[in-house]
Amino acid sequence: MPKTTDKTMTADEVVARLTSGMTLGIGGWGSRRKPMSLVRALLRTGIDDLTLVSYGGPDVGMLVAAGRVRRLVTAFVTLDSVPLEPHYRAARERGALELTEVDEGMFMWGLHAAANRLPFLPVRAGLGSDVMRVNPGLRTVTSPYDDAETFVAMPALRLDAALVHVNRADRLGNGQYLGPDPYFDDLFCAAADTAYVSCERLVDTAELTKAAAPQSLLVKRLDVTGVVEAPGGAHFTSCAPDYGRDEEFQRLYASTPWEDFSTRFLAGDEQAYRSAVRDWQEEQAR
Amino acid sequence: MNVLRSEYCVLACAEAWRGSGEILASPMGLIPSLGARLARLTFAPDLLLTDGEATLVRPDGTPEGWLPYRQHLALVAGGRRHVMMGASQLDRYGNQNISCIGDWARPRRQLLGVRGATLNTLNNPTSYWVPKHSRRVFVERVDMVCGVGYDRVARHPGTERFHRIHRVVTDLGVLDFETPDHSMRLAALHPGVRVDEVREATDFELVVPDEVPRTREPDAEELRLIREVLDPGGARTREVAG
Repeated sequence: MPKTTDKTMTADEVVARLTSGMTLGIGGWGSRRKPMSLVRALLRTGIDDLTLVSYGGPDVGMLVAAGRVRRLVTAFVTLDSVPLEPHYRAARERGALELTEVDEGMFMWGLHAAANRLPFLPVRAGLGSDVMRVNPGLRTVTSPYDDAETFVAMPALRLDAALVHVNRADRLGNGQYLGPDPYFDDLFCAAADTAYVSCERLVDTAELTKAAAPQSLLVKRLDVTGVVEAPGGAHFTSCAPDYGRDEEFQRLYASTPWEDFSTRFLAGDEQAYRSAVRDWQEEQAR
Repeated sequence: MNVLRSEYCVLACAEAWRGSGEILASPMGLIPSLGARLARLTFAPDLLLTDGEATLVRPDGTPEGWLPYRQHLALVAGGRRHVMMGASQLDRYGNQNISCIGDWARPRRQLLGVRGATLNTLNNPTSYWVPKHSRRVFVERVDMVCGVGYDRVARHPGTERFHRIHRVVTDLGVLDFETPDHSMRLAALHPGVRVDEVREATDFELVVPDEVPRTREPDAEELRLIREVLDPGGARTREVAG
């Protein structure tokens, strides 16, 4: 019997398939379960002029700090325990970033519209707010039924590629989350032409449901282009239950000028990143 | 019984959920969270609360339900929720800004972003918590309307359907919009606060009734819960002095 396609690849192989000018969706939420090892791989390339679609955290902060982002589509950018993302903030205050600022709910329905191949979905949000002023391209739609209520017609957030990080995956691209919240990772993958899933641990398909319920199988392989095994791949964001947020390292990230941070931690590959983090942690322990 | 200002604030926040029934209380910030849990433990026993992540929990931490972000946003649209948000700026009609200060195209200070403020205000009752009542917050015009106020709703027919700004709790008192044109009114003063202090800390003309009531006194059980159960470490006094 012919074998089901093995989609495993390296992070560098993932980013080799991305190009400047793409619209890129990034899963997770704030500083939670972000595909940071894929973001770090992206930072090692020269890819720029990106449109990022993200419930933003340090993924946005780093790519913006490195000058790779032309436009950001978001409802917020935060590090959660550090409310304001310093690099995103600096870029906005310099006027160095084009922004499509929408409500969290509009964002979600935009992903749903893309995943459902619809041009838009009606949302009871945005109306009356300055989201309409700062997004002059947003249209409204009136219910064709007796109520005749007017809604925002949230356009589909169609993505060229999606990057997400989950706890477990198999070689075929089935992704599993074991923490409390799936966030919107399955929707990001379904809304994208290509989707890349990094995981804490690559396991056999049968292993996925040995100790966890089938509803933890969040991402389906039919939506997935590539799978990367990346232990610690969400660092320094959280990846419950495998690990929590590395608060000390996040504080370092938030308080260090970008050039210094990237020189010390992001000059080499993922292994070099991990050893640089370890060295820093040992310095702190001394 | 010497009640601290921060404890009146907790109580005034709790009162926002009185009579809400079986809905989700979504407090943002420490004192609103203490208030929601106080309400749940006393006069609003049917309220639902989250652990701040994706689990609905009873006051003792026992999980009783699952509410990941996708369901939370859907629940907002369904309306069975009363949120208490923060506000970096708030105007007389309850327009709220948490996005940025200054010109949106190049802000003087980038803040959180619009988050879910428009969805919240157009779909379920919304209250606000302002730990430091000041002219920086209570402004004539907000720089970016995130949470939608009464004047904006009036200009967009249909949006008033599920829109209600219930109250604004601050370190000085409680404000509401129970006026003919829904402009902000001083509804209560915390004990020890004078009307002119509130006027002084507000950059627009407040509606002030002849008689302004005082925030009610907590009873002994409420004080015990605040001090011994909900916040034994006294974190509330770091958000509001005293």
